[in-house]
Amino acid sequence: MDQLIFFINKVLVAGTVLGSIYALGAIGVTLIFGILRFAHFAHGDMMTMGGFIAFVLAGLCAAAGIHVPFATGFLVLPVAMVIAAVIALGLDRAFYAPLRKRGAKPVTLLIASIGVTLMIQGVIRLFFGVDTRSFFESEPKKILRFDMSWIGGSRPITFTQPELFMVIITVVLCLALHFFLTRSRLGKAMRAMSDNADLAQVSGINTALVVRVTWIIAGALACCAGTMLALDVSLTPDLAFNIILPIFAAAIVGGLGQAYGAIAGGFLIGFAETLAVFDWSVILRPLQPYIPFQIQGGMALVPTEYKLTVAFVILVVVLLARPTGIFKGAST
Amino acid sequence: MRQAIVRTVGLYVALVILIIAVGIGFGVPYTTRMLVEAAAYALIALGLNIQWGYGGLFNFGIMGFMMVGGAAVTFISYPINMKFWNSDGPMLLGRALLAAILGAVLIIAARNAWRIGVKGGWRTALIIVAWAVSYLIFRSQIDPATSYIEQNAGFVGGLGLPVVLGWAFGGLVVAAIAYVVGRICLGLRTDYLAIATIGISEIIRALIKNMQWLTRGTLTVSPIRWPVPLPEDYQAKGIDTFTALIYARGGFLLLVAAILAVVMVLLVRAYGGPWGRMMRAIRDNYIAAGSMGKNVTARQLEIFVLGSILMGIGGAILVSFAQILDPSSYQPINHTFLIWVMVIVGGAGNNWGALFGAIFIYIIWLLSEPLAQLLFGSISHWSSAIGWGAIPDIESRSLQMRVFVLGLVITIALRYAPKGLIPESAQSRR
Repeated sequence: MDQLIFFINKVLVAGTVLGSIYALGAIGVTLIFGILRFAHFAHGDMMTMGGFIAFVLAGLCAAAGIHVPFATGFLVLPVAMVIAAVIALGLDRAFYAPLRKRGAKPVTLLIASIGVTLMIQGVIRLFFGVDTRSFFESEPKKILRFDMSWIGGSRPITFTQPELFMVIITVVLCLALHFFLTRSRLGKAMRAMSDNADLAQVSGINTALVVRVTWIIAGALACCAGTMLALDVSLTPDLAFNIILPIFAAAIVGGLGQAYGAIAGGFLIGFAETLAVFDWSVILRPLQPYIPFQIQGGMALVPTEYKLTVAFVILVVVLLARPTGIFKGAST
Repeated sequence: MRQAIVRTVGLYVALVILIIAVGIGFGVPYTTRMLVEAAAYALIALGLNIQWGYGGLFNFGIMGFMMVGGAAVTFISYPINMKFWNSDGPMLLGRALLAAILGAVLIIAARNAWRIGVKGGWRTALIIVAWAVSYLIFRSQIDPATSYIEQNAGFVGGLGLPVVLGWAFGGLVVAAIAYVVGRICLGLRTDYLAIATIGISEIIRALIKNMQWLTRGTLTVSPIRWPVPLPEDYQAKGIDTFTALIYARGGFLLLVAAILAVVMVLLVRAYGGPWGRMMRAIRDNYIAAGSMGKNVTARQLEIFVLGSILMGIGGAILVSFAQILDPSSYQPINHTFLIWVMVIVGGAGNNWGALFGAIFIYIIWLLSEPLAQLLFGSISHWSSAIGWGAIPDIESRSLQMRVFVLGLVITIALRYAPKGLIPESAQSRR
């Protein structure tokens, strides 16, 4: 029983949280791809930027003496998301819109997004240096324990309060997105444009508005994901490509352009990474009599240093086996 | 046509003047060092120009290829580590190699299971099981081998062979990696190639950083030998320090410039010839090229590998010139994207443009370090003068500013000069 509880603590909780973060990031990537047809490489840094916006706001709250029974990061999250959405709109207006107007190929937009990545990175490091920061320097991370003695477990199931909040927020945001895409006029217009941009335009859909809404959603979700990542682990300015790879993997696994696919892909990648670096020796130890070899510590499938390879291997396998992703995304 | 030539010559003359100005301002040894590195970067930029300019193929994994080149030259040219060869290390590594071969045989057997009637889902399942078993077998052999080597011998050491051989070996290893990456990703869309190459380069970085038994990881390997006499060798002959430095670096520069010249001649000839025309045809309209009977995927694989070889060689040259392999010094910004800026600013698809862009941007990049510090120093001086206090961590912040400027240059170049300073000229002489 203890093994199961250990498994839940180490894999289920961590995997769900990581999956939520990836899912929120991947939704933005996949929406931008569906509407604007280019892979937005600056998304990882938009997440980092969102994390820093929330960090600054949380610092302001703490300075103003505002205290809430949960992590301050969650209190300022809505404001941070609004700011990030505005910044995303501004980035589009300043760097992507002129290229689109010129009729540049999606490839050019992709390279431009690399330029934007570098600029965001430069600005973040200019103002915040290269140090790692934490939201929980001034306030404790509350830990929730669920006693499991009633089914014979000697240890409780534990997770932190931020982790619980993150999962709830992800569920709420995903549901909101679902209702937006299926019920509202604008959401339907978005899906129409994602299917066929030209057809959407001739049938009278305001494509410029759809593009703006896409950036707003993508920016806000990226900010949320970045803040959650910062709350879960720590806030570092040089996430960039370490985070963009699993997110792209999630978006591609789910099928580029498919919002639901991105959610599924995010959780798939999150759990795959957690399972891969999980130390199986604890689970296997009770089975020692039945196993021919000696069980020792550190029996992870992949050493932690190579966690990044997991997302990549899944990405490559999906690209080879089903290039359009599990949910049949755009293939052109 | 004539206008383009005048423009090219004018830009190169300006470049020479810039180099001379740097030589006067910073001294000859600094300039030769800068030129050697610029020439190595030019090789890499030419490699990217083949891939992106000729073929329209994305490669955001330049950093990984450069690292592999660097690790390869270290392995070939570093002196032999007798401690490793006298220990059980080679035997353990041999066993790991055997395990890898066994795994490969298992996987190939599983892939060919259709011959004995295993088809469809069963075959897929068999292949997955074969991969899993091979992976476990390999891990069971390599893990003890690596920890044994790290504990007893430090690392594998080198082979003590000539450095130039190491450069060639770097190109070769990178070619093999590029072949595998290309085989997997080139049939897919361009965005996927971009993501895949970023992934590959990050994985290569993780591997080289953590494979202590092979590369010593973050402990770094130095000194790596030069293919030409070192300054110390000249000093031993009784030449004073300053002149010895110039002689040694000048010799290195001559060697690298010779390689660059050979590569440049080959590329210009290939570009003008039928091969170059075919490549541009594939880039501009691969459907039309395919219907003319060109094997698009095979050609793209060819240029992807060719370009990557140059990147490997360039990375190897840089490591042997710096005499140290330091995996933690590699950053996507300094290595991958700087080279993209070189090619975009210089002019993608034009070899002279890429060469110009590489040397010009490298000089600017190098000079921007003292310039940024000067700028930030004066701002800091000014802000403390008016009572706001000095800027904290001024050194690191001013360097981060360069990252921002690099991004700004990319976006501005894409918007206002998408074809670069020396654009590709459509060569129709009719």
